[in-house]
Amino acid sequence: MNAAILLLTDSRLPAGGHAHSGGVEQAVTSGAVHDVPSLGSFLRGRLHTTGAVATALAAASCAFASGTADGPWAWDGLDAEVDARTASPAQRAASRVQGRLLLRVARRLWPSPVLEELAGAVPSPHHPLALGAAAHAAGAAPEDAALAAAYHAISGPATAAVRLLGLDPVAVHRLLADLSRELPTAPGERDLPPSAAPWADLPAHSAPALDVLAERHALAQVRLFVS
Amino acid sequence: MHARAALATALVAGRTSIPVLRSAPPLTLRQTGPHSVHLISTAAGPLGGDRLELDLDVAPGTTLELGSVASTLVLPGPGESRTLITARVGAGATLRFTPEPTVLAAGCAHRIEVGLTLASDARVLWREEIVFGRYGEQPGRCHARFDATLDGRPLLRQEFTVGTPALDTSPAVYGDARCVGTTLIAGPVPLAEAVVADGVAVLPLAGPATLVSALALDAVALRTRLEWGESTASRGRPAGPV
Repeated sequence: MNAAILLLTDSRLPAGGHAHSGGVEQAVTSGAVHDVPSLGSFLRGRLHTTGAVATALAAASCAFASGTADGPWAWDGLDAEVDARTASPAQRAASRVQGRLLLRVARRLWPSPVLEELAGAVPSPHHPLALGAAAHAAGAAPEDAALAAAYHAISGPATAAVRLLGLDPVAVHRLLADLSRELPTAPGERDLPPSAAPWADLPAHSAPALDVLAERHALAQVRLFVS
Repeated sequence: MHARAALATALVAGRTSIPVLRSAPPLTLRQTGPHSVHLISTAAGPLGGDRLELDLDVAPGTTLELGSVASTLVLPGPGESRTLITARVGAGATLRFTPEPTVLAAGCAHRIEVGLTLASDARVLWREEIVFGRYGEQPGRCHARFDATLDGRPLLRQEFTVGTPALDTSPAVYGDARCVGTTLIAGPVPLAEAVVADGVAVLPLAGPATLVSALALDAVALRTRLEWGESTASRGRPAGPV
């Protein structure tokens, strides 16, 4: 693993990730998430659905950024693949806001032509694209980007739940420790595309409850988190 | 059992005709109207090991409505059962695909693959419903993959897996629901923003289409929610209470 990936997964990276709960805030409002076990169930579902999609797309983005993906593909094509896998407009918006902020930070941390190319092609890219390209610019490999994306899918919602429900932070980190065994750890182990794969076949796991939560949250009058 | 059924429409003197209507039991196709066809299941299943394929070709300018007379009960057997549906919808063509639900019986192992290729001004309503077992039954396993492209660009890609209790019951995935359903509506709809109600979301996609996504405790409630969403999408505003 490349050490730069630690920076990309650190919640203190000033890329705005702390403002998003990944649907947890609305799940708390509805009562679906109300304690540590229900949070654990929420996080496991998130990891294996939208998390699996983000993981595969971030790895594909990192591979594409490294220039090994020969073919008639471009950044906007990869971005369209994320769009097609994100039915909820609120989730697409949250992904693009986080992607834009991450790309802006990454361009200052690891200046590189590939990040300029992405910013030129898609000014507000989906988060997995920004994460994959940033990982490459930082010297990391697609499997590192995959790990960062999978961790991002659960770490933000977990800490949001601590704030929303006043849960024991150690108990919540125990959930993350348990779930970390389900994170992708080696290339090819889970849903990782070969570097030049056509993107159409990448995972597209849906989470219907998350779609409803995201849209309800977007309409909520009072909210602590953006998404 | 390996069955391949096919259906193709053609424009003849400005009207839809159905020159290809090839049944392959258990996929039996019956024309029930000028441009409507029903699937009549003439054998149980699919059973484990079966491979059922259906290909639809909706020619430019034609209209096809395809339904089924009964729900599909997926049963166990030696190996995985597979249902593969491909559909091409040409320019100015209309396809309405509204089969009855797929019910996953205990012990089944099923794959559903749907590939939808749409011309840019095709109009499509494509409904899918999956029911997690008969009444009081734990469902078998199912992996459904849905891919729709419009004018060669990805429009909607979705996968649903059922049969892993730790994931099925997650409040992020299906929660306490026992059925999941979606309706893809491609073509111009007046809905500008997402609309959400109990267990149903009407979602404008990034491309020119809308997805109705619903969860429910039973198949009747699921259909009610999907139809409410379909009506909401076509009116451009919430269609009254669900």
